[in-house]
Amino acid sequence: MSQSSSQTPDSWIGTFCNLVGHEYFAEVSEDFIEDDFNLTGLQAQVPMYKEALEMILDVEPSDTNSSALSEEEEEEEEEDDGILGDELDEPAANQNGAARRQSGVSSTGRRHGRTSSDASVIESSAELLYGLIHARYITSRPGIQQMMEKYELSHFGFCPRVYCSGAKVLPVGLTDTPGQQTVKLFCPSCLDAYTPPNSRFQAVDGAFFGTTFPYLFFMTYPDLDVAPLKKRSTRDAAQGNDDIESTLSPTEPNATRAGMTVSRSSSLTLPQTPSIPGVAQAKDEKSSVTLSTLPPQPPAINGIATHNLAPGLGKGKIYEPKIYGFRVSERAKSGPRMKWLRSKPLDINELDEARIWHERYGGTLDGDDDIPAVSEQQDNEDAAEDEEEEEADPDGDAIMASQGQAPTNNRAKSKRLPDGDGDATMTTQGQGQKRGKARRKSTTTRNQGVEVSAQQLGQQQAGSNWI
Amino acid sequence: MEDFQSETDSDYTSYWRDWFISSRGNEYFCEIDEEYITDRFNLTGLNTEVHYYQHALDLITDVFDLDCDDDMRETIEKSARHLYGLVHARYIVTTRGLAKMVDKFKRSDFGRCPRVLCDSHPLLPFGPSDNPGQKSVKLFCAKCEDIYNPKSSRHAAIDGAYFGSSFHNILFQVYPALVPVKSRRRYEPKVFGFRVHAAAALARWQDSERRDMRARLKEAGVISDSAQLFIEDADSSDGERAEDDENEIGDHGDRRMQISAEQDGGVELQRTVAPTQPLK
Repeated sequence: MSQSSSQTPDSWIGTFCNLVGHEYFAEVSEDFIEDDFNLTGLQAQVPMYKEALEMILDVEPSDTNSSALSEEEEEEEEEDDGILGDELDEPAANQNGAARRQSGVSSTGRRHGRTSSDASVIESSAELLYGLIHARYITSRPGIQQMMEKYELSHFGFCPRVYCSGAKVLPVGLTDTPGQQTVKLFCPSCLDAYTPPNSRFQAVDGAFFGTTFPYLFFMTYPDLDVAPLKKRSTRDAAQGNDDIESTLSPTEPNATRAGMTVSRSSSLTLPQTPSIPGVAQAKDEKSSVTLSTLPPQPPAINGIATHNLAPGLGKGKIYEPKIYGFRVSERAKSGPRMKWLRSKPLDINELDEARIWHERYGGTLDGDDDIPAVSEQQDNEDAAEDEEEEEADPDGDAIMASQGQAPTNNRAKSKRLPDGDGDATMTTQGQGQKRGKARRKSTTTRNQGVEVSAQQLGQQQAGSNWI
Repeated sequence: MEDFQSETDSDYTSYWRDWFISSRGNEYFCEIDEEYITDRFNLTGLNTEVHYYQHALDLITDVFDLDCDDDMRETIEKSARHLYGLVHARYIVTTRGLAKMVDKFKRSDFGRCPRVLCDSHPLLPFGPSDNPGQKSVKLFCAKCEDIYNPKSSRHAAIDGAYFGSSFHNILFQVYPALVPVKSRRRYEPKVFGFRVHAAAALARWQDSERRDMRARLKEAGVISDSAQLFIEDADSSDGERAEDDENEIGDHGDRRMQISAEQDGGVELQRTVAPTQPLK
């Protein structure tokens, strides 16, 4: 957390981040920049790389020093770095610390030095370089922490979508190549990208934030509540579809509504909330029937907490066009055709594609069948899959037991003969989801099981001859 | 209809309304015809809603000549603005009003959609509630059919009832040519180039919703098989609705993945798939 304040205010980085329009930037720590590993490949992308790097790090330009950053020698006090002195020198030649022949170039020859246009080129190079480093930095641990601070202070603003009711957004680039797209904002509540409201951000390159950052951020902080806590459930209760509730200014205190913060999740995950069925009936009878018989919702789906999966989408969060109170039919020429974009299943289990698939076609999540070892034939398979565990720990039983699998004994103790063929790879890939296998009994034969897993690994090919 | 788009009120000097329209923060409003506002029928019921109704009306129509102190003047001014807004909500669903608002829509006076994939499509004002004093004005994007908060806090303070909840839908009923072509494109969250599973699974589910909608529309005879519901339909198939529950789950995983994998062969794929998967 110290990174954000580590920069002195008059450093280049500090100045750059305080410029108007640069509010989204985090201050990259100098340690990060000084690590050459973090700069891999940037030399080819940035002209005047060395000079730009020196500018970013506020290093006195020195052409004697070949190692671009760390030990700058103070003996030469000239401001110029001799670029103009030997004009033919390509910037690329300077970049990788190729020693500039200090003896060959007289310092007086370089004295006429860097012109203002030269400085501006370096300045823009420095901005480009800083942006590219920044894109890498904010996917590193200290960078993400720093962005977390900015996120919590709402430096990136809020989702403009009414039904997201002021969810906080994160900057994102639509491409990782600089110079193509400006920065956009990613809303975790509706999983969509928006243009920043203020035009001053139209000058900021999206590649300086990168395509990866926002979701990596939310994967790093899985417990972060994506939806604003205030007025969650009360909104649903009070108004249902028309709960466009005072979202005029997301920052405005809404004390009265903050009362019920029992559920941060959307109405979808809380079917028992008493007020919701009424709301739903008013809107859609068919779904309200479903609503009352909703199976228990899992705490997490597809790797993220259920209440954090697009809380701004789904029933009650989709705009319903009405004329004088009557809904516009889907069949009308001007009728709603984009509801799918904001939809989300009432029963979140419908998104558990792997489970649904296996419930229908057998097998388990790791693409293996789950027969407790009763036949000798199975030993080969088990041997293959247990191989992994054994490699990690000779006592495979202990590991499995600690995972809460409650494996059957004869399965765990089956002969473990590594068979070294394709099976091993298969189980390696599926190993992450191995738990729970023993719980699910199915009557599929071994042969089927192998086929299923093969199918799964092959991206679930369309071939359905085995059904 | 073009006649209505000409500048109105040329006979009168609409001092107050000119001032109101051009004042900062009121960019969303169009000018109400003098003859509309002087027709008492159009104002039915508003006298109970607005204080100093008569004075406010006089002010709007520039016949205000009451001698009063500044406080009173201020109050009447406020009432006049309120009255103007309420009349405005009625006016913009008339033929003339719609024409004026279409002009403003085409000039993007109401702003542009912030959603990246809507490509700055012009917005339309929308009031979540028809009752004054409840909800502020929102903006409707016809391309993604969603509603957004205005960027500026000045606009966010305008009462939504001054535009009403029906206006933009009526506009598109009257001017169906203005309905934009919808797009199937969506933003896909990615991490290091890989799509995020949770988001991608939701996207697949949403795609199946869209196919269901397409099937419903076909069933109802609203669109034909070759209809281009989304702009991408010209290039690639949207896939077909699963025939029944039996096939549905197989479809969830397999075929869709293929389709997305072979975007180019999408049309061809549909041709081969369609005969074996007839719609209900």
